[in-house]
Amino acid sequence: MNDESERSAPGSVTDSVDDPERRPALELDHVTLELAGRMILKDATLSIDEGEFIGVLGPNGAGKTTLMRAVLGLVPVAHGAIRIGGEHVARGNPSIGYMPQTRSALASRRVLGRDFVAMAADGHRWGLPIADAATREDVERVLDLVGARALAARPLSELSGGERQRLLLAQCLLGEPRLLLLDEPLISLDPHRQRIVVELVRRVQRELGITVLFSAHELNPLLNAIDRVLYLGNGAAALGKVDEVITRPVLSRLYGSPIDVMRVNGRIFVMSGDVEVEKHDHEHEHDDGATGHAHGHGRHGGGDSHGHGRSHGHGHTHDV
Amino acid sequence: MFEYDFMVNAFAASGIVAVLAGIVGYFLVMRQQTFAGHALSHVGFTGATGAVLIGVSPLWGMIGFTLAAGVSMGALGERLAGRDVAIGIVLSLSLGCGLLFLHFFTAYATQVTALLFGNVLGVTNSTLVVLAGIGAASLIALGSIMRPLLFATLQPELAEAKGVPLRLVSMLFLAIAALAVAACTQIVGVLLVFTLMVGPAAAAQNLSTRLATGVGLAALFALAQAWLGVTLAFYTDWPTSFWITALSALVYGASLVRRR
Repeated sequence: MNDESERSAPGSVTDSVDDPERRPALELDHVTLELAGRMILKDATLSIDEGEFIGVLGPNGAGKTTLMRAVLGLVPVAHGAIRIGGEHVARGNPSIGYMPQTRSALASRRVLGRDFVAMAADGHRWGLPIADAATREDVERVLDLVGARALAARPLSELSGGERQRLLLAQCLLGEPRLLLLDEPLISLDPHRQRIVVELVRRVQRELGITVLFSAHELNPLLNAIDRVLYLGNGAAALGKVDEVITRPVLSRLYGSPIDVMRVNGRIFVMSGDVEVEKHDHEHEHDDGATGHAHGHGRHGGGDSHGHGRSHGHGHTHDV
Repeated sequence: MFEYDFMVNAFAASGIVAVLAGIVGYFLVMRQQTFAGHALSHVGFTGATGAVLIGVSPLWGMIGFTLAAGVSMGALGERLAGRDVAIGIVLSLSLGCGLLFLHFFTAYATQVTALLFGNVLGVTNSTLVVLAGIGAASLIALGSIMRPLLFATLQPELAEAKGVPLRLVSMLFLAIAALAVAACTQIVGVLLVFTLMVGPAAAAQNLSTRLATGVGLAALFALAQAWLGVTLAFYTDWPTSFWITALSALVYGASLVRRR
């Protein structure tokens, strides 16, 4: 309710690009995160530059969501400090755009797309839900950015999962965000739509020159888009180029068990024994029946059909 | 029929309550808290009967108890979400306690019936004033929290990240819902609160994708049900609450057909 002036004034962006002392978009300084007594991240130090597209990966429960929530100020930092553009963490930080992991509940909402997007612009202010002129203008701007003007005239319940994702991305872009935290935008989308979403985020990210943290279960859909990868696991974080991070020693450390990395036709498969671990994780989180997606789970053949039982025998640390 | 004072009061009281119930009910349905609303009315029954026992007006007992229950439910928040069993047990315990209080009071069966099924034809002038006050206070409060309420309902995680105090919003809303429930029981009784709070709101959500239209329709449906119900009761001598429930079911059924 108190940050109207900061949010709705276009052109008030600080020209950090021209700043000789360019600050990192996101810094973790010896950060330890705990959730319900469980260690999520231990003494992690890393720095992400302005304008980077970072793929955030890691097994289930590795803390991808928790890390994002900590950056938003929703999860307290146990030790160390997180800085966003040099600033300390603050709840409601207008320089961060956030897309929470989509819940299937949205698929049944009979709310117009445009009203839905507007909600994220002024929903934190008290009063009647009547958007002012500045908000309406900003909503149109972000709808254009993601090419969703036509979608905005339809209720959420009549949109596909990919179309809803587009509106959710539009919400993130309201105001003047410098950092986007996108939590699993590809979940429950088929491979074709996954590609469209990744390309859209990449295009918008370049257009606006902003930083993106994009979490996913699978690396491959992101391979051509990301600058670096942030891999979480076992309380540790590894940040670097794909070739530096997606390696047998680094991933074995993060998974706490022997990991093989296989490269086939420009795609990368992370394997524990003969089980593809990312695929394995993915299938378990797939409870979203409402969108009726046609997902190619069986793409990789019957080879891993027995994988479930085996993976536990391998002593995985990720909780499924 | 307007030559009778009790009919004038019945129309005024049911009109105020219907508009309030329709509007608040719209958000109750959207937040999927209709069962909580139902439970609130039962807690109110304990309050009303307990108040009679100690010589206080049942309406104030009702308001006090529903309000306290609403605020507590909001404060418990997530921990209470989906706890249908817990709510169900509190709900039946409340009816049980109410029954016990009535037993001590050795009340007439008509008073019990009025509490459980409503007695719109017995609304006094002073009750009317209280209802008008509740209606105005609730709607003003709802209007002032409506934007964060919607945001918190549709996207709780994002709303939290943007700085919306989820628990406060939830507590304030359930307090408003509690007032609406207390008002509603004066017309249709503890057991039939659903008929004004849920029926019209659910029908409105089936018919509209715009908030203003939806809220307006919910209020309109509730008002039509209430006034038509009172009118039909006057001419048929059947209970008003029966007519309101029948109309509520009819409107909801029609909205389902229309949505297809």
